[in-house]
Amino acid sequence: MASRVGVVVFPGSNCELDVVEAVRRLGGEAELLWHGHTSLGGVDAVVLPGGFAHGDYLRPGAIARFSPVMRAVDAFAADGGPVIGICNGFQVLCEAGLLPGALQKNAGLKFLCKPVVVRVETDTTPLTGDVPVGGELHIPINHFEGNYTCEPETLADLRADDRIVFRYTDNPNGSIDDIAGICSAGRNVVGLMPHPERACHPLLGSTDGAPLLRSLLVRAGALVA
Amino acid sequence: MRFSVLVETRLRDGIADPQGATIERSLPALGFDGVSGVRVGKAFRFSVESDDEAAARAEVEDMCKRFLTNPVIEDATISVDPSGPG
Repeated sequence: MASRVGVVVFPGSNCELDVVEAVRRLGGEAELLWHGHTSLGGVDAVVLPGGFAHGDYLRPGAIARFSPVMRAVDAFAADGGPVIGICNGFQVLCEAGLLPGALQKNAGLKFLCKPVVVRVETDTTPLTGDVPVGGELHIPINHFEGNYTCEPETLADLRADDRIVFRYTDNPNGSIDDIAGICSAGRNVVGLMPHPERACHPLLGSTDGAPLLRSLLVRAGALVA
Repeated sequence: MRFSVLVETRLRDGIADPQGATIERSLPALGFDGVSGVRVGKAFRFSVESDDEAAARAEVEDMCKRFLTNPVIEDATISVDPSGPG
């Protein structure tokens, strides 16, 4: 059976179809996974998409981490399966403890919706395996709580272990150390605020997100590198 | 016993509070001079059934740690009032 990417849908997610469309255009298979399911149905990679899971009530991601599907995502990640959290998905991964730190309100107290430039800092993650380190990508952001923060010891670990995956070249939100994305100690869980799925077609103004999702498909076994 | 509980959460010291800073900067325009240290947080009011005040407090502390706050960025202060729901 062909490799498949599962895209989790929480009540309030709103970027899931963009991810599915981008994956399909790249030649991969994608399917939606309802948050109330307790199984991932044998998918080879999981994406937690952007949006406002559970209305962002309490804090972004705070309720989503109790969704039944998150137990399966936890187990999948513990087995080394690739899990990508985009924007709200990144917030969910932090609240769920699959990634360290937290995302607080943007320093300028503005909702930011614009293209930004991020630099790829490591190629040893499922999302960046096919992308040169140091490469700069034009990808849109769309968030209010994207200002990454963590304890000083956590930041030291992230730096020492090469776990900062993307940095903004011009920090839009006050994120500590210009962080736009990080990965887990096992490197298979990646969270990022920019939306690669919104930069996968010339009509969208950039195709720089495509190599990232292509990397994920290669990692999931859906494409040959 | 029933206890009425007030939990107030706020961003930890050292964590930037852009809402608080914006409010603080706006106050002088209305003539409120000399205001400093504005921090914005949330308040949760509820009641819990518990054997005694210490047990009620312990339960609420656990609730704060695991759900009501994100300990990376937020602190909580807890008041437990044995006089019942207020």
